[in-house]
Amino acid sequence: MGRLLRKLIFVDHSANEMGLPSRYGRMWRNTVLAVAAVCIIPLLTITSVNYYLYQQSFHKEITQPILRITAITKRSLESFLEERIAAAKYVVSREQPEDLYDSEKLASILSRMRQSFGGIVDIGVVDSEGVMRAYAGPYDLHGKNYRDQDWFHKSLVREVYVSDVFLGHREFPHFIVAVKREGAKEKSLIFRATLDIEGMVRQIQVAGIKRHCDAFLVNTDGLLQTPSRLYGDALGTFSGEIPPYSESSELFEEMVVESEKYFMGSAYIENSPFIFIILVNHEGLMAGWLAYQGEMLSILILSVLAILLLIMRITTSWVSRIKEADLRREATLHNIEHTNRMASIGRLAAGVAHEINNPLAIINEKAGLITDILGISGDLPHKDKLLKQTETILKSVNRCSEITHRLLGFARHMDVKNEPVAVDALIRDVLGFLEKEAAYRDIKVEMNVSDTLPTIHSDKGQLQQLFLNLINNAFDAMKKGGKLVISIASLPSQKVSITITDDGSGIPKEDLEKIFEPFFTTKKTKGTGLGLSITYGIVQKLRGTIEVESEIGRGTSFIVTLPENRPS
Amino acid sequence: MEDGLKVLLIDDEDDLVSTLVERLEIRGVYAVGVNTGNQALEQVRSGDFDVVVLDVKLKGEDGVEVMKRIKQVRSSLPVILLTGHMSQEASEAGFKAGAIDYILKPINLDDLILKMNEAINLYKK
Repeated sequence: MGRLLRKLIFVDHSANEMGLPSRYGRMWRNTVLAVAAVCIIPLLTITSVNYYLYQQSFHKEITQPILRITAITKRSLESFLEERIAAAKYVVSREQPEDLYDSEKLASILSRMRQSFGGIVDIGVVDSEGVMRAYAGPYDLHGKNYRDQDWFHKSLVREVYVSDVFLGHREFPHFIVAVKREGAKEKSLIFRATLDIEGMVRQIQVAGIKRHCDAFLVNTDGLLQTPSRLYGDALGTFSGEIPPYSESSELFEEMVVESEKYFMGSAYIENSPFIFIILVNHEGLMAGWLAYQGEMLSILILSVLAILLLIMRITTSWVSRIKEADLRREATLHNIEHTNRMASIGRLAAGVAHEINNPLAIINEKAGLITDILGISGDLPHKDKLLKQTETILKSVNRCSEITHRLLGFARHMDVKNEPVAVDALIRDVLGFLEKEAAYRDIKVEMNVSDTLPTIHSDKGQLQQLFLNLINNAFDAMKKGGKLVISIASLPSQKVSITITDDGSGIPKEDLEKIFEPFFTTKKTKGTGLGLSITYGIVQKLRGTIEVESEIGRGTSFIVTLPENRPS
Repeated sequence: MEDGLKVLLIDDEDDLVSTLVERLEIRGVYAVGVNTGNQALEQVRSGDFDVVVLDVKLKGEDGVEVMKRIKQVRSSLPVILLTGHMSQEASEAGFKAGAIDYILKPINLDDLILKMNEAINLYKK
């Protein structure tokens, strides 16, 4: 996880030191965002369109059957009622009023009607005054006056009347179908048939109502006309909203019953006060849709995650390569700049040294002459003092001379010899020169030499000077009892690497870039500041590289890499 | 004291040459100082010098070329090159042209006298 995060988060240390966000971090983030946008936005668009189309299709699949059932049930119920109304009309139109007032004949008609249609409880004939003049059925209703009853008045107004379901004195839910016969006062009558609700319940059940559905009839006052699974027995109250009148079947999408959602299909039954209602539970129907939604969402999330991971991985790889290429380019430019600077300094130093040498030689000779003259002269006043002065001049000239010779050594172009050199043996020779100092200062020297170290072809004399300078410097940096580790290893690129590590005081970071420049020294009064610049010059001539790593208080490592220069 | 030793000094710095001449004379060395190649050739033709000390870089002249001309006049005359810094290329060219030794500026006079004596002894052999 840590590695992944490190890979994902690019830290530009130099930028961070300046308080700026990482350039590569920004590059990574912007690339990921851009590529993710290009890949994910079309995916989301396609998924949304697909979702919408599928939703429409699914909606149709759900609602069409409800509408179909509603329409079929409407037609069944209307046929059911029409058959009974037609039968009543037939009786009224065929039979004479006096025959209809005859109870025996009426009983015969009831018998025939029962044979043809189920659900007929009784029939009766009411005269224009509202008195039951003839009755056939299980109750004793002969002579009963219906003048005050609502159905009687409605029947007088209309030719055919179908009542709401009511209990009445029969004490079970029933409804009546009444047909009026027009005529003179004696001839005018109302033929009335009482029907139980079972016939209508059967029509509703025939529609194939399933487990998660409820289907029933209500009237416009919201009273149940048939039993309902959700609202109870007939004549109970339907708490839902009564749908507005429509000739055709209608569908309402969100009907809430006891906090559950239902689709509601409704249809007004012609020539009756009945409204057919069918309620279909959302949950049952939507299970398939919800499962589809879940699957689609899971696939979408997984796809987006997979795309993001892939984009991040590829972007990480790209940005890493760019960063590595940038670092390589920067390092190359830095090396070129450093080499050019050193070459310029070298040329300048050589010119200065050469020009200084001549006047220095004159000073030397003049001071020497004064010394000579004083030497052959007899006793002179202040002779000793003058001799001391000339001695100081000559010493200073020697010091300057040493510096100019070293400067010229740094800059001069010497031919590089190409002789077989065993680097480990050469370094042991160099250490031999410093044995006494190491023993005196109790410095331990450890050498780690690779088993497969090849013999290189290089300039022995210059290599001796190179390692003498580096080891001398290391000795200078170490305290008494310090430890110097020299590791020599063969590199796969036909090179040999020599690492000289001391446990001395270390070099401050700000000095590390300058240490190879001429006259740069940290030794205050002791050094000329030319040792490492000469070392650098030698490494360049031998076509090698030199690097330095240092930590204050922990020590310094110089890493010299030399080509094997195998003879072809 | 180096009695009897005759040396020709050639350097374009007159101050250096005159002072060196004086110092050598104090040590009993007979020295003649000149500043150019032509003057040097004249001296070689007319004088009887045991050794020549020649600056590698004369004003407008190449010391090694001057040495070659001296050698044409007197091939047996040992020449010690005087130089600010003896690079390997310069030393090889100098030795190829017949120089017997070299000495660095600023000059250590004792070393110079030693080198002159060694050169003369070597040529005598």
